[in-house]
Amino acid sequence: MTKNINDFLIFSNSKNFNYKTVNYSFESNSEADTELFAQTLAQILPLGTVITLDGDLGAGKTVFSRGFARGLNITEPISSPTFTIVQEYKLENYSKRSAWFFHLDLYRIDGYHAALAFGIEEFLNEPSAFTLIEWPVRIKELLKNNFLSIKITHINENSRLIILKFIDS
Amino acid sequence: MTYILGIESSCDETAAAIVKDGSIVISNKIATQIAQHAEFGGVVPELAAREHLKNIDIVVNSALKEANLSLTEISAISVTNGPGLMPALLVGINYAKGLAIAKNLPLIGVNHFFGHIYSAFLDNELHILQDAENFPMLALVVSGGHSSLLLIEKDGTAKVIGATIDDAAGEALDKAAKLLDLGYPGGPIIERLSAQGDKKKYQFPRPLTGAGGKAVSKENRYNFSFSGIKTALLYHAKDLKLANDGENLSETEKLDTVASYQEAVIDVLDKKLFLAVKDFKAKSVVLCGGVACNNILRQRISKSAIKHKVRAYLAEKKYCTDNAAMIAGLGFHYLHKKELSDWQLDAYSRLPQISKVPFI
Repeated sequence: MTKNINDFLIFSNSKNFNYKTVNYSFESNSEADTELFAQTLAQILPLGTVITLDGDLGAGKTVFSRGFARGLNITEPISSPTFTIVQEYKLENYSKRSAWFFHLDLYRIDGYHAALAFGIEEFLNEPSAFTLIEWPVRIKELLKNNFLSIKITHINENSRLIILKFIDS
Repeated sequence: MTYILGIESSCDETAAAIVKDGSIVISNKIATQIAQHAEFGGVVPELAAREHLKNIDIVVNSALKEANLSLTEISAISVTNGPGLMPALLVGINYAKGLAIAKNLPLIGVNHFFGHIYSAFLDNELHILQDAENFPMLALVVSGGHSSLLLIEKDGTAKVIGATIDDAAGEALDKAAKLLDLGYPGGPIIERLSAQGDKKKYQFPRPLTGAGGKAVSKENRYNFSFSGIKTALLYHAKDLKLANDGENLSETEKLDTVASYQEAVIDVLDKKLFLAVKDFKAKSVVLCGGVACNNILRQRISKSAIKHKVRAYLAEKKYCTDNAAMIAGLGFHYLHKKELSDWQLDAYSRLPQISKVPFI
């Protein structure tokens, strides 16, 4: 039987869940499901995690990003980084040192050379931040391992297949 | 006579301009990259710092040359220091600092957003800005990266009362053009095609306006949301294709779709701006930013302004997209008020919720 958001919530709460080895897929049946998934994920991942987000137009990347931010207790609007490339959010009272949520969209970046010129490495190797990257394919040469990949694909108008997998070499 | 050199590098454009006495644009140079973008369907080939670094000296010299001025005749250097892309902003700031130190000129850091608002007053009589009858003033800043509503009070206090909670208006237009395979940049293409289509043919949602019968929360009263409308377009195109037995949209369907979609985006901008006008008893509105180039939007805002009996200041089209004339023009007011920056001038990425404009 196809797993749904409730199965994911139970799984994420269980001892079996280890983000470093996770390879899980389920069906989201609404925007609310996708948002809750992202919110939950944000609460169980450690600071320093790089998350890549793939999905077609309308798949729910905006909803995922908003949910992830809400999971980190960011209350301000999560505006699209398509034009600005990156939106930075400071996390209040997250840890003793300062912590950040970096939301990147590499859509407008043409390959990893441009990304390096842009300064992408600062975002990939930041231990005190969650870094969420949309259009990670633009820098596939730089993203070899040690990141959590989220893929969202259309099933029909409301439902999406969500696959999360930790990529480790 | 006060000549100010303005420098802008907050996102894609490297620009320099000379403006006389805060209003008269003597030269306005933009190292435009649009031609390069087109090949990549909206992807910037060499974005940010490296490109700006390559262009900045060239545009500054070209602005000076066209103005027929040397740096010794310049009164101050005004530079965008936020909000924007940090690496890009730093190129402009560091260049401006170097020039200011070398030529012993005052340095002024300018807010890019306020620059856009000020663009509506370039080539205009500056006493407009001293006219108390214009305040409170509401500014709608719409571009590829922003859709924001700012309330400016008589004392110069500027407050962001609304912003997009997901995509910007320009982004909604660009992505629609991409989705329908129309080319880049999407805004102008959609505007051109819309003229041949029926804007009433299809109904697209008007998010956060209450139009769909869905109540708008208090916090979203002046906020925008354009992400859902783009998804609605995706399914609309899919449905049409299905109805066509898998055939792509006919030319008429495409034109009607584009016209109806543009109408929805403009409708939302118009509704939100004038809802705020009513709520805050604004006396004037300002329309600026790249999307303000759209003629249908300009006409709509002008018409609504007449209906609501408020004055409308529309930035001239040539000053709507990112430019340095607006930065140089605004810099004049800081110089006038002796609010200068020091060598510690730093870049910032986000727009503060409340700040002060210098031009009142």
